[in-house]
Amino acid sequence: MIRVAWLVAVKDLRIEARSRVLLWQVLPFGVIALLLAGLALGPAQAGTSSAGPGLFYLVTLFVTLLMINRSQSLENAPGTRASVATLGLDPAGVFLGKALALTVELWVSGLVLLGGSVLLLHTALTGTLEALPSILVTLATLASAGTLYGALTQGGDGPATLLPVLTLPAFAPLLIAGERSFSAALHGGALWEWWVVVVVALVAYCAVGILLYGVLEES
Amino acid sequence: MLSRGFPLLSGVDLEVQRATLTVVTGPNGAGKTSLLRLLGGLDPLHSGDGVVAGVDLRDGDRRLLRRRVGWLGHEGSFYADLSVRENLVFAARALERPVGEVDGALSRVGLEHRSHTTTKQLSAGQRRRLGLAWLLVRRPELWLLDEPYASLDDAGREFFDGLLGEVLAGGATVVVSAHDPLRAANLVARTVRMVGGRVSA
Repeated sequence: MIRVAWLVAVKDLRIEARSRVLLWQVLPFGVIALLLAGLALGPAQAGTSSAGPGLFYLVTLFVTLLMINRSQSLENAPGTRASVATLGLDPAGVFLGKALALTVELWVSGLVLLGGSVLLLHTALTGTLEALPSILVTLATLASAGTLYGALTQGGDGPATLLPVLTLPAFAPLLIAGERSFSAALHGGALWEWWVVVVVALVAYCAVGILLYGVLEES
Repeated sequence: MLSRGFPLLSGVDLEVQRATLTVVTGPNGAGKTSLLRLLGGLDPLHSGDGVVAGVDLRDGDRRLLRRRVGWLGHEGSFYADLSVRENLVFAARALERPVGEVDGALSRVGLEHRSHTTTKQLSAGQRRRLGLAWLLVRRPELWLLDEPYASLDDAGREFFDGLLGEVLAGGATVVVSAHDPLRAANLVARTVRMVGGRVSA
């Protein structure tokens, strides 16, 4: 399982490095969305507003949905699905590999968007750095859940446009927990209880993905 | 076998002997690709019975069957943003085969000079050759080739016929879908004609 996971993750990241979809398409979109959020808050509000973490996670949600679609579309190119199916890869390994690659991509996006929120939303640098570990774990959880739901919407005949509708109920608690822990790092407050929510969700989604990804692929 | 509740294949009765070549012919929409996908365990069997390479198509583990099958679809079968060599190395590593076999397969199909070319930059005929290299790395027991002559020039067809002869001599079973019966003089093939999702002859 680990061997297959590593193989799939390296393959997905190599494709991303070659195609640069994240760099030239998704990240500019995310940064522009942050810029618009900063302009909407206005220069007087941006530094003092408590909306910074929420806006960061809102933009992260958009970026995550785009990257989940991208990750699944790699497998759904005409003919690729059938050829790769005949390799008989362990579905649990495929799930972990795709989730790992998506996690790395979301971490890169997250770091750029955090830099953007410091510059454009004027979130405090020290608080942002303090929130970084919780943000990385939240992004890993979003990647795990997203890989699972991505297979659900794109594995069979389901349209990819179902993805936002299906993922939102799953993502909402994660986004709220992420936003709360980011806010706690910026403005003070209990941080650990939100960490627990995100870590439990990460373990749960990984377990469900390992068990069910094969079923989703077959469907 | 169903598509949105509509049967794609119906009343198909087919027996294929090991180490033989079977050509499935028929017009567009006759069910040739659907039959090949069924044989490869790529699609489920909804009614009737079928056994391929000892695996029951209804109740057996289709994943096990798929590992023994090589599929060459007519759409191209690879990660477009990976190079020719990277695609084959991925297949070799997935199957725990020596990566050294990749270079041999590439030179065998005449793509060694394009090994670092991104797959999406290949012509349709070159993608076909890459598909054959993919199968050479895989060395499956059952070769399922969906319209393999499409996009191949005369030299490519000749090469392909020679390769089929070698594969059959090696003991593999080959099922080919094509619009017309095989013209290759060096190959003895059984032809099965399909019309409207049924075997007609």
